[in-house]
Amino acid sequence: MLELKDIVWRAPDGEAILKGVSLTVPDDTLMVVTGPNGGGKTTLARVIAGLEKPESGKILLDGEDITDLNVTERARRGVSYAFQQPVRFKGLLVRQLLELAAGEPMTEKRLCEVLSRVGLCAREYIDREVNATLSGGEIKRIEIATVLLRHTRLTIFDEPEAGIDLWSFGNLIDVFRDLRTNIRGSMLIISHQERILQIADQIAVIAGGALKRVGAVSEVMPELMADAGNPSCCGRREAFAG
Amino acid sequence: MNQILDGLLKMVSDWTGKFDGAFNIRENGGCAGRRSTEHIKIESKKDQPGLDIRILPGTKGESVSIPACVTHGGVDDLTYNDFYVGENADVTIVAGCGVHTETGEPARHNGIHRFFLEKGARVKYLEKHVGTGKGAGIRRIDPVTEVFMAEDSVMIMETSQIGGVDSTTRVTRATLAANAKLHIHERLLTEGTQEARTEFEVVMNGDGAGTDLISRSVARGDSKQSYRSVITGNAACTGHSECDAIIGENGSVAAAPELVANHADAALIHEAAIGKIAGEQILKLQTLGLTEKEAEDKIVEGFLR
Repeated sequence: MLELKDIVWRAPDGEAILKGVSLTVPDDTLMVVTGPNGGGKTTLARVIAGLEKPESGKILLDGEDITDLNVTERARRGVSYAFQQPVRFKGLLVRQLLELAAGEPMTEKRLCEVLSRVGLCAREYIDREVNATLSGGEIKRIEIATVLLRHTRLTIFDEPEAGIDLWSFGNLIDVFRDLRTNIRGSMLIISHQERILQIADQIAVIAGGALKRVGAVSEVMPELMADAGNPSCCGRREAFAG
Repeated sequence: MNQILDGLLKMVSDWTGKFDGAFNIRENGGCAGRRSTEHIKIESKKDQPGLDIRILPGTKGESVSIPACVTHGGVDDLTYNDFYVGENADVTIVAGCGVHTETGEPARHNGIHRFFLEKGARVKYLEKHVGTGKGAGIRRIDPVTEVFMAEDSVMIMETSQIGGVDSTTRVTRATLAANAKLHIHERLLTEGTQEARTEFEVVMNGDGAGTDLISRSVARGDSKQSYRSVITGNAACTGHSECDAIIGENGSVAAAPELVANHADAALIHEAAIGKIAGEQILKLQTLGLTEKEAEDKIVEGFLR
Protein backbone atom coordinates (compact mmCIF):
# COMPACT_ATOMS: atom_id res chain seq x y z
CA MET A 1 0.00 0.00 0.00
CA LEU A 2 1.21 3.48 -0.86
CA GLU A 3 0.28 6.42 1.33
CA LEU A 4 1.01 10.03 0.48
CA LYS A 5 0.54 12.52 3.29
CA ASP A 6 0.31 16.22 2.55
CA ILE A 7 3.00 16.30 -0.16
CA VAL A 8 4.28 19.77 -1.07
CA TRP A 9 6.75 20.35 -3.90
CA ARG A 10 7.97 23.61 -5.39
CA ALA A 11 9.66 24.29 -8.71
CA PRO A 12 13.11 25.90 -8.52
CA ASP A 13 11.48 29.30 -9.17
CA GLY A 14 9.42 28.89 -5.99
CA GLU A 15 6.07 28.11 -7.65
CA ALA A 16 4.12 25.48 -5.71
CA ILE A 17 3.40 22.56 -8.07
CA LEU A 18 2.05 20.16 -5.44
CA LYS A 19 0.10 21.95 -2.73
CA GLY A 20 -0.41 19.31 -0.07
CA VAL A 21 -1.52 16.11 -1.81
CA SER A 22 -2.71 13.20 0.32
CA LEU A 23 -3.62 9.96 -1.42
CA THR A 24 -3.72 6.23 -0.60
CA VAL A 25 -3.30 3.46 -3.16
CA PRO A 26 -4.39 0.21 -1.48
CA ASP A 27 -2.86 -3.20 -2.25
CA ASP A 28 -4.03 -5.03 -5.35
CA THR A 29 -5.35 -1.79 -6.75
CA LEU A 30 -4.89 -0.08 -10.07
CA MET A 31 -5.30 3.64 -9.64
CA VAL A 32 -5.29 5.99 -12.60
CA VAL A 33 -4.32 9.58 -11.89
CA THR A 34 -5.75 12.00 -14.39
CA GLY A 35 -6.23 15.73 -14.72
CA PRO A 36 -5.21 18.67 -16.89
CA ASN A 37 -1.67 19.10 -18.20
CA GLY A 38 0.50 21.10 -15.82
CA GLY A 39 -1.64 20.03 -12.86
CA GLY A 40 1.20 18.21 -11.07
CA LYS A 41 0.63 14.56 -12.06
CA THR A 42 4.12 13.85 -13.40
CA THR A 43 5.70 15.70 -10.48
CA LEU A 44 3.69 13.52 -8.11
CA ALA A 45 4.94 10.37 -9.86
CA ARG A 46 8.55 11.61 -9.73
CA VAL A 47 8.20 12.45 -6.04
CA ILE A 48 6.94 8.92 -5.31
CA ALA A 49 9.84 7.34 -7.25
CA GLY A 50 12.34 9.60 -5.48
CA LEU A 51 13.40 11.57 -8.55
CA GLU A 52 12.19 14.72 -6.84
CA LYS A 53 12.30 15.46 -3.12
CA PRO A 54 9.19 16.96 -1.53
CA GLU A 55 9.52 20.13 0.52
CA SER A 56 7.24 18.59 3.13
CA GLY A 57 4.95 15.63 3.61
CA LYS A 58 5.44 11.89 4.01
CA ILE A 59 5.51 8.91 1.66
CA LEU A 60 4.82 5.50 3.19
CA LEU A 61 5.23 2.19 1.36
CA ASP A 62 3.58 -0.67 3.23
CA GLY A 63 3.83 1.42 6.38
CA GLU A 64 7.53 2.22 5.98
CA ASP A 65 8.47 5.89 5.69
CA ILE A 66 10.47 6.13 2.43
CA THR A 67 10.41 9.95 2.19
CA ASP A 68 14.14 10.30 2.85
CA LEU A 69 15.25 7.33 0.78
CA ASN A 70 16.98 7.96 -2.54
CA VAL A 71 15.92 6.55 -5.92
CA THR A 72 18.05 3.40 -5.61
CA GLU A 73 16.83 2.60 -2.10
CA ARG A 74 13.20 3.02 -3.15
CA ALA A 75 13.75 0.85 -6.23
CA ARG A 76 15.23 -1.87 -4.04
CA ARG A 77 12.22 -1.65 -1.70
CA GLY A 78 9.90 -2.29 -4.60
CA VAL A 79 9.12 0.95 -6.42
CA SER A 80 9.19 0.87 -10.23
CA TYR A 81 8.77 3.90 -12.44
CA ALA A 82 8.24 4.07 -16.20
CA PHE A 83 9.33 7.47 -17.52
CA GLN A 84 6.95 9.54 -19.62
CA GLN A 85 9.89 10.40 -21.88
CA PRO A 86 12.15 7.36 -21.82
CA VAL A 87 15.86 7.94 -21.57
CA ARG A 88 18.15 6.96 -24.45
CA PHE A 89 21.63 5.47 -24.01
CA LYS A 90 24.26 5.42 -26.73
CA GLY A 91 25.94 2.03 -26.85
CA LEU A 92 23.74 0.23 -24.31
CA LEU A 93 21.83 -2.60 -25.99
CA VAL A 94 18.13 -3.31 -25.47
CA ARG A 95 19.17 -6.72 -24.10
CA GLN A 96 21.52 -5.10 -21.57
CA LEU A 97 18.90 -2.61 -20.39
CA LEU A 98 16.35 -5.38 -19.92
CA GLU A 99 18.88 -7.50 -18.03
CA LEU A 100 19.64 -4.57 -15.73
CA ALA A 101 15.90 -4.30 -15.09
CA ALA A 102 15.57 -8.03 -14.43
CA GLY A 103 18.68 -7.99 -12.25
CA GLU A 104 20.06 -11.09 -13.96
CA PRO A 105 21.08 -12.45 -17.37
CA MET A 106 18.08 -13.38 -19.52
CA THR A 107 17.59 -16.15 -22.01
CA GLU A 108 16.47 -15.30 -25.51
CA LYS A 109 13.14 -16.97 -24.74
CA ARG A 110 12.51 -14.71 -21.76
CA LEU A 111 13.58 -11.60 -23.69
CA CYS A 112 11.18 -12.66 -26.40
CA GLU A 113 8.33 -13.11 -23.91
CA VAL A 114 8.69 -9.69 -22.34
CA LEU A 115 9.17 -7.84 -25.62
CA SER A 116 6.24 -9.56 -27.27
CA ARG A 117 4.07 -8.44 -24.34
CA VAL A 118 4.79 -4.86 -25.37
CA GLY A 119 4.34 -5.64 -29.05
CA LEU A 120 7.95 -5.91 -30.18
CA CYS A 121 9.69 -8.77 -31.93
CA ALA A 122 12.75 -9.66 -29.83
CA ARG A 123 14.87 -10.75 -32.76
CA GLU A 124 14.69 -7.27 -34.26
CA TYR A 125 15.45 -5.41 -31.05
CA ILE A 126 17.63 -7.19 -28.49
CA ASP A 127 20.92 -6.29 -30.18
CA ARG A 128 19.92 -2.74 -31.04
CA GLU A 129 21.20 0.21 -29.06
CA VAL A 130 18.77 2.11 -26.86
CA ASN A 131 19.63 5.25 -28.84
CA ALA A 132 18.01 7.83 -31.09
CA THR A 133 17.49 5.31 -33.91
CA LEU A 134 14.54 3.88 -31.95
CA SER A 135 11.26 5.64 -32.65
CA GLY A 136 9.24 7.24 -29.85
CA GLY A 137 6.84 4.28 -29.82
CA GLU A 138 9.61 1.68 -29.81
CA ILE A 139 11.50 3.21 -26.91
CA LYS A 140 8.27 3.66 -24.98
CA ARG A 141 7.51 -0.04 -25.29
CA ILE A 142 11.04 -0.94 -24.16
CA GLU A 143 10.60 1.41 -21.19
CA ILE A 144 7.38 -0.38 -20.24
CA ALA A 145 9.15 -3.74 -20.61
CA THR A 146 11.87 -2.66 -18.14
CA VAL A 147 9.17 -2.02 -15.57
CA LEU A 148 7.21 -5.23 -16.30
CA LEU A 149 10.36 -7.24 -15.58
CA ARG A 150 10.69 -5.94 -12.06
CA HIS A 151 7.47 -7.35 -10.54
CA THR A 152 7.55 -4.81 -7.74
CA ARG A 153 5.13 -3.85 -4.96
CA LEU A 154 4.44 -0.47 -6.51
CA THR A 155 4.54 0.22 -10.23
CA ILE A 156 4.12 3.71 -11.63
CA PHE A 157 3.54 4.44 -15.33
CA ASP A 158 3.71 8.07 -16.40
CA GLU A 159 1.49 8.55 -19.46
CA PRO A 160 2.22 5.16 -21.04
CA GLU A 161 0.10 6.12 -24.05
CA ALA A 162 2.33 9.10 -24.94
CA GLY A 163 4.28 8.37 -28.11
CA ILE A 164 2.41 5.13 -28.91
CA ASP A 165 0.48 5.15 -32.15
CA LEU A 166 -3.25 4.55 -32.13
CA TRP A 167 -2.95 1.32 -34.10
CA SER A 168 -1.01 -0.41 -31.35
CA PHE A 169 -2.76 1.27 -28.45
CA GLY A 170 -5.14 -1.67 -28.03
CA ASN A 171 -2.14 -3.90 -27.47
CA LEU A 172 -0.98 -1.61 -24.66
CA ILE A 173 -4.41 -1.76 -23.02
CA ASP A 174 -4.09 -5.54 -23.07
CA VAL A 175 -0.76 -5.25 -21.24
CA PHE A 176 -2.36 -3.25 -18.45
CA ARG A 177 -5.45 -5.47 -18.36
CA ASP A 178 -3.12 -8.43 -17.96
CA LEU A 179 -1.14 -6.62 -15.24
CA ARG A 180 -4.45 -5.76 -13.60
CA THR A 181 -5.34 -9.45 -13.24
CA ASN A 182 -1.89 -10.49 -12.09
CA ILE A 183 -1.21 -7.53 -9.85
CA ARG A 184 0.65 -8.30 -6.65
CA GLY A 185 0.87 -4.81 -5.27
CA SER A 186 -0.27 -1.34 -6.17
CA MET A 187 -0.20 0.20 -9.61
CA LEU A 188 -0.43 3.88 -10.42
CA ILE A 189 -0.94 5.02 -14.01
CA ILE A 190 -0.93 8.63 -15.03
CA SER A 191 -3.12 8.90 -18.08
CA HIS A 192 -5.60 10.94 -20.07
CA GLN A 193 -6.90 7.95 -21.98
CA GLU A 194 -10.48 6.88 -21.41
CA ARG A 195 -9.67 3.24 -22.17
CA ILE A 196 -7.00 3.21 -19.48
CA LEU A 197 -9.36 4.95 -17.04
CA GLN A 198 -11.93 2.24 -17.74
CA ILE A 199 -9.68 -0.59 -16.55
CA ALA A 200 -8.85 1.19 -13.27
CA ASP A 201 -10.18 0.27 -9.84
CA GLN A 202 -9.94 3.85 -8.70
CA ILE A 203 -9.50 7.21 -10.35
CA ALA A 204 -7.80 10.23 -8.77
CA VAL A 205 -8.10 13.67 -10.32
CA ILE A 206 -5.21 16.06 -9.74
CA ALA A 207 -5.58 19.67 -10.87
CA GLY A 208 -3.81 22.84 -9.85
CA GLY A 209 -1.46 20.87 -7.62
CA ALA A 210 -4.25 19.46 -5.46
CA LEU A 211 -6.29 16.26 -5.29
CA LYS A 212 -9.75 17.20 -6.57
CA ARG A 213 -11.46 13.83 -6.44
CA VAL A 214 -10.71 10.20 -5.74
CA GLY A 215 -13.08 7.26 -5.89
CA ALA A 216 -14.18 4.11 -7.64
CA VAL A 217 -14.16 4.20 -11.41
CA SER A 218 -17.96 3.78 -11.46
CA GLU A 219 -18.37 6.99 -9.46
CA VAL A 220 -15.65 9.22 -10.92
CA MET A 221 -15.87 8.25 -14.56
CA PRO A 222 -19.40 9.62 -15.18
CA GLU A 223 -18.39 12.91 -13.57
CA LEU A 224 -15.32 13.13 -15.80
CA MET A 225 -17.38 12.38 -18.89
CA ALA A 226 -19.84 15.10 -17.93
CA ASP A 227 -17.03 17.57 -17.32
CA ALA A 228 -14.99 16.53 -20.35
CA GLY A 229 -15.64 19.82 -22.10
CA ASN A 230 -14.61 21.80 -19.04
CA PRO A 231 -10.86 22.62 -18.99
CA SER A 232 -10.84 22.80 -15.20
CA CYS A 233 -11.20 19.04 -14.98
CA CYS A 234 -9.66 16.57 -17.38
CA GLY A 235 -8.96 19.14 -20.00
CA ARG A 236 -9.16 17.55 -23.39
CA ARG A 237 -12.32 16.06 -24.71
CA GLU A 238 -10.35 14.23 -27.37
CA ALA A 239 -8.61 12.39 -24.60
CA PHE A 240 -11.85 10.55 -24.05
CA ALA A 241 -12.56 9.89 -27.68
CA GLY A 242 -11.47 6.29 -27.25
CA MET B 1 56.45 -17.64 -21.77
CA ASN B 2 56.45 -15.23 -18.82
CA GLN B 3 53.24 -14.22 -17.07
CA ILE B 4 53.43 -10.57 -18.10
CA LEU B 5 53.58 -11.45 -21.80
CA ASP B 6 50.84 -14.05 -21.41
CA GLY B 7 48.61 -11.51 -19.61
CA LEU B 8 49.21 -8.79 -22.21
CA LEU B 9 48.52 -11.19 -25.09
CA LYS B 10 45.21 -12.19 -23.54
CA MET B 11 44.20 -8.54 -23.22
CA VAL B 12 45.16 -7.35 -26.68
CA SER B 13 44.58 -10.34 -28.94
CA ASP B 14 42.64 -13.58 -29.26
CA TRP B 15 45.46 -15.47 -27.50
CA THR B 16 44.23 -18.53 -25.60
CA GLY B 17 47.67 -20.04 -25.07
CA LYS B 18 47.85 -20.45 -28.85
CA PHE B 19 46.71 -18.79 -32.04
CA ASP B 20 44.54 -20.57 -34.58
CA GLY B 21 45.81 -18.89 -37.74
CA ALA B 22 49.02 -17.21 -38.85
CA PHE B 23 50.78 -15.18 -36.18
CA ASN B 24 53.85 -13.31 -35.08
CA ILE B 25 54.47 -12.37 -31.44
CA ARG B 26 56.74 -9.39 -30.99
CA GLU B 27 58.26 -9.11 -27.50
CA ASN B 28 60.48 -6.14 -26.64
CA GLY B 29 61.49 -5.77 -30.27
CA GLY B 30 62.30 -9.46 -30.79
CA CYS B 31 60.31 -12.34 -32.23
CA ALA B 32 58.78 -14.67 -29.60
CA GLY B 33 56.99 -16.92 -32.08
CA ARG B 34 55.81 -17.01 -35.69
CA ARG B 35 53.76 -19.14 -38.00
CA SER B 36 52.89 -18.66 -41.66
CA THR B 37 50.11 -20.62 -43.28
CA GLU B 38 49.50 -21.82 -46.81
CA HIS B 39 47.76 -18.57 -47.69
CA ILE B 40 49.31 -16.07 -45.31
CA LYS B 41 53.06 -15.56 -45.39
CA ILE B 42 54.87 -13.60 -42.68
CA GLU B 43 58.46 -12.52 -43.27
CA SER B 44 60.85 -10.13 -41.50
CA LYS B 45 61.73 -6.98 -43.38
CA LYS B 46 65.30 -6.83 -44.66
CA ASP B 47 65.96 -3.11 -44.35
CA GLN B 48 64.09 -2.06 -41.18
CA PRO B 49 62.39 -3.60 -38.14
CA GLY B 50 59.02 -5.12 -38.90
CA LEU B 51 57.15 -7.59 -41.05
CA ASP B 52 55.79 -8.09 -44.53
CA ILE B 53 52.55 -10.00 -44.37
CA ARG B 54 51.26 -11.30 -47.67
CA ILE B 55 47.73 -12.61 -47.87
CA LEU B 56 47.15 -14.48 -51.11
CA PRO B 57 44.26 -13.54 -53.42
CA GLY B 58 41.05 -15.36 -52.59
CA THR B 59 42.06 -16.32 -49.03
CA LYS B 60 38.80 -16.70 -47.13
CA GLY B 61 37.94 -16.83 -43.43
CA GLU B 62 41.53 -16.93 -42.14
CA SER B 63 43.07 -14.76 -39.47
CA VAL B 64 46.48 -13.32 -38.76
CA SER B 65 47.54 -12.03 -35.34
CA ILE B 66 50.60 -9.88 -34.84
CA PRO B 67 50.53 -8.70 -31.21
CA ALA B 68 53.41 -6.55 -30.00
CA CYS B 69 54.26 -6.38 -26.32
CA VAL B 70 56.73 -4.44 -24.24
CA THR B 71 57.08 -6.29 -20.93
CA HIS B 72 59.45 -4.00 -19.01
CA GLY B 73 60.68 -0.42 -18.75
CA GLY B 74 63.57 1.02 -20.70
CA VAL B 75 62.24 -0.23 -24.06
CA ASP B 76 61.42 2.06 -26.99
CA ASP B 77 60.17 -0.28 -29.67
CA LEU B 78 59.55 0.76 -33.28
CA THR B 79 58.16 -1.52 -35.96
CA TYR B 80 56.95 -1.22 -39.55
CA ASN B 81 54.42 -3.82 -40.60
CA ASP B 82 53.04 -3.98 -44.13
CA PHE B 83 49.98 -6.04 -45.04
CA TYR B 84 49.43 -6.94 -48.67
CA VAL B 85 45.88 -8.25 -49.02
CA GLY B 86 45.24 -10.00 -52.33
CA GLU B 87 42.22 -9.66 -54.60
CA ASN B 88 38.94 -10.89 -53.08
CA ALA B 89 40.62 -12.13 -49.91
CA ASP B 90 38.45 -11.94 -46.78
CA VAL B 91 40.45 -12.06 -43.55
CA THR B 92 40.65 -10.88 -39.96
CA ILE B 93 43.80 -9.13 -38.77
CA VAL B 94 44.45 -8.67 -35.05
CA ALA B 95 47.25 -6.29 -34.10
CA GLY B 96 47.03 -5.53 -30.41
CA CYS B 97 49.71 -3.86 -28.39
CA GLY B 98 50.45 -3.99 -24.67
CA VAL B 99 53.09 -2.08 -22.73
CA HIS B 100 54.13 -2.93 -19.18
CA THR B 101 56.58 -1.24 -16.88
CA GLU B 102 57.17 -1.39 -13.14
CA THR B 103 60.69 -0.02 -12.92
CA GLY B 104 59.90 3.67 -13.24
CA GLU B 105 61.48 3.65 -16.69
CA PRO B 106 59.32 4.39 -19.75
CA ALA B 107 57.94 1.67 -22.03
CA ARG B 108 56.94 2.63 -25.56
CA HIS B 109 55.68 0.87 -28.64
CA ASN B 110 55.38 2.66 -31.93
CA GLY B 111 53.76 0.52 -34.62
CA ILE B 112 53.49 1.79 -38.15
CA HIS B 113 51.05 -0.37 -40.07
CA ARG B 114 50.35 -0.08 -43.77
CA PHE B 115 47.54 -1.96 -45.47
CA PHE B 116 47.38 -2.45 -49.22
CA LEU B 117 43.97 -3.86 -50.14
CA GLU B 118 43.61 -5.09 -53.69
CA LYS B 119 40.37 -5.11 -55.64
CA GLY B 120 37.47 -6.66 -53.73
CA ALA B 121 39.55 -7.49 -50.63
CA ARG B 122 37.80 -7.42 -47.25
CA VAL B 123 39.61 -6.93 -43.97
CA LYS B 124 38.37 -6.84 -40.43
CA TYR B 125 41.12 -5.16 -38.46
CA LEU B 126 41.09 -5.33 -34.66
CA GLU B 127 43.51 -3.20 -32.70
CA LYS B 128 43.52 -3.15 -28.90
CA HIS B 129 45.92 -1.15 -26.80
CA VAL B 130 46.57 -1.45 -23.11
CA GLY B 131 49.12 -0.38 -20.53
CA THR B 132 49.79 -2.28 -17.30
CA GLY B 133 52.11 -2.30 -14.31
CA LYS B 134 52.76 -0.02 -11.36
CA GLY B 135 55.24 2.82 -10.92
CA ALA B 136 55.81 6.16 -12.56
CA GLY B 137 57.31 4.83 -15.80
CA ILE B 138 55.45 6.33 -18.75
CA ARG B 139 53.49 3.82 -20.86
CA ARG B 140 53.26 5.09 -24.37
CA ILE B 141 51.73 3.71 -27.58
CA ASP B 142 51.82 5.71 -30.81
CA PRO B 143 50.22 3.75 -33.63
CA VAL B 144 50.18 4.93 -37.23
CA THR B 145 47.81 3.18 -39.62
CA GLU B 146 47.87 3.84 -43.35
CA VAL B 147 45.31 2.18 -45.59
CA PHE B 148 45.36 2.09 -49.39
CA MET B 149 42.10 0.70 -50.72
CA ALA B 150 41.55 -0.43 -54.31
CA GLU B 151 38.14 -0.62 -55.99
CA ASP B 152 35.40 -2.51 -54.15
CA SER B 153 37.59 -3.24 -51.14
CA VAL B 154 36.19 -3.07 -47.61
CA MET B 155 37.93 -2.47 -44.30
CA ILE B 156 36.28 -2.54 -40.89
CA MET B 157 38.65 -1.26 -38.24
CA GLU B 158 37.87 -1.57 -34.56
CA THR B 159 40.41 0.19 -32.45
CA SER B 160 40.36 0.60 -28.71
CA GLN B 161 42.47 1.80 -25.85
CA ILE B 162 40.84 1.00 -22.56
CA GLY B 163 43.07 2.12 -19.74
CA GLY B 164 46.64 2.21 -18.58
CA VAL B 165 48.29 4.14 -21.44
CA ASP B 166 49.77 7.45 -20.26
CA SER B 167 50.29 9.01 -23.63
CA THR B 168 49.17 8.14 -27.12
CA THR B 169 48.97 9.71 -30.53
CA ARG B 170 46.84 7.63 -32.85
CA VAL B 171 47.09 8.53 -36.51
CA THR B 172 45.01 6.84 -39.21
CA ARG B 173 45.15 7.80 -42.87
CA ALA B 174 43.26 6.16 -45.72
CA THR B 175 42.84 6.58 -49.46
CA LEU B 176 39.80 5.02 -51.12
CA ALA B 177 39.23 4.14 -54.78
CA ALA B 178 35.78 3.66 -56.36
CA ASN B 179 33.24 1.74 -54.26
CA ALA B 180 35.74 1.13 -51.46
CA LYS B 181 34.22 1.25 -47.98
CA LEU B 182 36.02 2.08 -44.74
CA HIS B 183 34.37 1.82 -41.33
CA ILE B 184 36.33 2.82 -38.25
CA HIS B 185 35.04 2.42 -34.71
CA GLU B 186 37.32 3.88 -32.08
CA ARG B 187 36.87 3.49 -28.32
CA LEU B 188 39.05 5.40 -25.95
CA LEU B 189 39.22 5.74 -22.17
CA THR B 190 41.62 8.05 -20.38
CA GLU B 191 41.99 8.54 -16.64
CA GLY B 192 44.35 10.27 -14.19
CA THR B 193 46.75 12.51 -16.10
CA GLN B 194 46.70 10.44 -19.32
CA GLU B 195 46.69 12.16 -22.70
CA ALA B 196 45.36 10.87 -26.00
CA ARG B 197 45.36 12.39 -29.43
CA THR B 198 43.42 10.93 -32.36
CA GLU B 199 43.83 11.96 -35.98
CA PHE B 200 41.84 10.55 -38.87
CA GLU B 201 42.41 11.53 -42.48
CA VAL B 202 40.32 9.85 -45.16
CA VAL B 203 40.50 10.78 -48.82
CA MET B 204 37.89 9.36 -51.19
CA ASN B 205 38.95 9.49 -54.82
CA GLY B 206 36.46 7.18 -56.54
CA ASP B 207 32.72 7.29 -57.17
CA GLY B 208 30.72 5.17 -54.73
CA ALA B 209 33.40 5.26 -52.03
CA GLY B 210 32.15 5.57 -48.48
CA THR B 211 33.51 6.03 -45.01
CA ASP B 212 32.04 6.00 -41.54
CA LEU B 213 34.22 7.14 -38.64
CA ILE B 214 32.83 6.63 -35.17
CA SER B 215 34.78 7.67 -32.12
CA ARG B 216 33.48 7.21 -28.62
CA SER B 217 35.61 8.32 -25.76
CA VAL B 218 35.52 8.89 -22.04
CA ALA B 219 37.90 11.33 -20.32
CA ARG B 220 37.97 11.05 -16.54
CA GLY B 221 40.18 12.45 -13.79
CA ASP B 222 42.50 15.15 -15.13
CA SER B 223 42.98 13.42 -18.50
CA LYS B 224 43.03 15.21 -21.82
CA GLN B 225 41.96 14.10 -25.27
CA SER B 226 41.90 15.68 -28.66
CA TYR B 227 40.14 14.44 -31.77
CA ARG B 228 40.70 15.64 -35.29
CA SER B 229 39.19 14.16 -38.40
CA VAL B 230 39.42 15.28 -42.01
CA ILE B 231 37.23 13.60 -44.59
CA THR B 232 37.91 14.67 -48.15
CA GLY B 233 35.54 13.79 -50.99
CA ASN B 234 37.03 14.08 -54.46
CA ALA B 235 34.24 12.10 -56.17
CA ALA B 236 30.58 11.12 -55.78
CA CYS B 237 31.04 9.54 -52.36
CA THR B 238 29.59 9.48 -48.84
CA GLY B 239 31.38 10.31 -45.62
CA HIS B 240 30.15 10.41 -42.04
CA SER B 241 32.04 11.03 -38.86
CA GLU B 242 30.69 10.99 -35.34
CA CYS B 243 32.68 11.98 -32.29
CA ASP B 244 30.93 11.41 -28.98
CA ALA B 245 32.72 12.04 -25.74
CA ILE B 246 31.76 11.76 -22.10
CA ILE B 247 33.77 13.87 -19.70
CA GLY B 248 33.87 13.38 -15.94
CA GLU B 249 35.65 15.17 -13.09
CA ASN B 250 38.26 17.46 -14.70
CA GLY B 251 38.53 15.56 -17.99
CA SER B 252 38.92 17.59 -21.15
CA VAL B 253 38.10 16.79 -24.78
CA ALA B 254 38.71 18.94 -27.84
CA ALA B 255 37.02 17.84 -31.07
CA ALA B 256 37.91 19.35 -34.42
CA PRO B 257 36.08 17.70 -37.29
CA GLU B 258 36.75 18.84 -40.81
CA LEU B 259 34.97 18.04 -44.05
CA VAL B 260 36.35 18.89 -47.48
CA ALA B 261 34.07 18.39 -50.49
CA ASN B 262 35.76 18.83 -53.86
CA HIS B 263 32.92 17.25 -55.84
CA ALA B 264 29.28 18.35 -56.02
CA ASP B 265 28.08 14.81 -55.26
CA ALA B 266 30.28 14.27 -52.24
CA ALA B 267 27.83 13.90 -49.33
CA LEU B 268 29.71 14.51 -46.11
CA ILE B 269 28.28 14.72 -42.60
CA HIS B 270 29.80 15.27 -39.20
CA GLU B 271 28.27 14.91 -35.74
CA ALA B 272 30.00 15.71 -32.46
CA ALA B 273 28.78 15.77 -28.90
CA ILE B 274 30.76 16.28 -25.71
CA GLY B 275 29.29 16.35 -22.25
CA LYS B 276 28.95 14.65 -18.92
CA ILE B 277 26.62 11.67 -18.41
CA ALA B 278 23.04 12.91 -18.57
CA GLY B 279 21.41 13.03 -15.13
CA GLU B 280 18.26 11.30 -16.44
CA GLN B 281 20.37 8.34 -17.63
CA ILE B 282 21.72 7.83 -14.12
CA LEU B 283 18.23 8.25 -12.63
CA LYS B 284 16.72 5.70 -15.02
CA LEU B 285 19.23 3.05 -13.99
CA GLN B 286 18.75 3.99 -10.33
CA THR B 287 15.03 3.30 -10.73
CA LEU B 288 16.11 -0.22 -11.72
CA GLY B 289 17.96 -0.55 -8.41
CA LEU B 290 21.51 0.41 -9.38
CA THR B 291 23.50 2.82 -7.22
CA GLU B 292 24.72 6.05 -8.79
CA LYS B 293 28.23 4.61 -9.17
CA GLU B 294 26.93 1.35 -10.67
CA ALA B 295 24.76 3.35 -13.07
CA GLU B 296 27.71 5.48 -14.22
CA ASP B 297 29.86 2.40 -14.74
CA LYS B 298 27.14 0.67 -16.82
CA ILE B 299 26.60 3.79 -18.93
CA VAL B 300 30.34 4.10 -19.63
CA GLU B 301 30.66 0.35 -20.28
CA GLY B 302 27.80 0.48 -22.80
CA PHE B 303 29.12 3.66 -24.39
CA LEU B 304 32.56 2.12 -24.92
CA ARG B 305 31.21 -1.28 -25.94
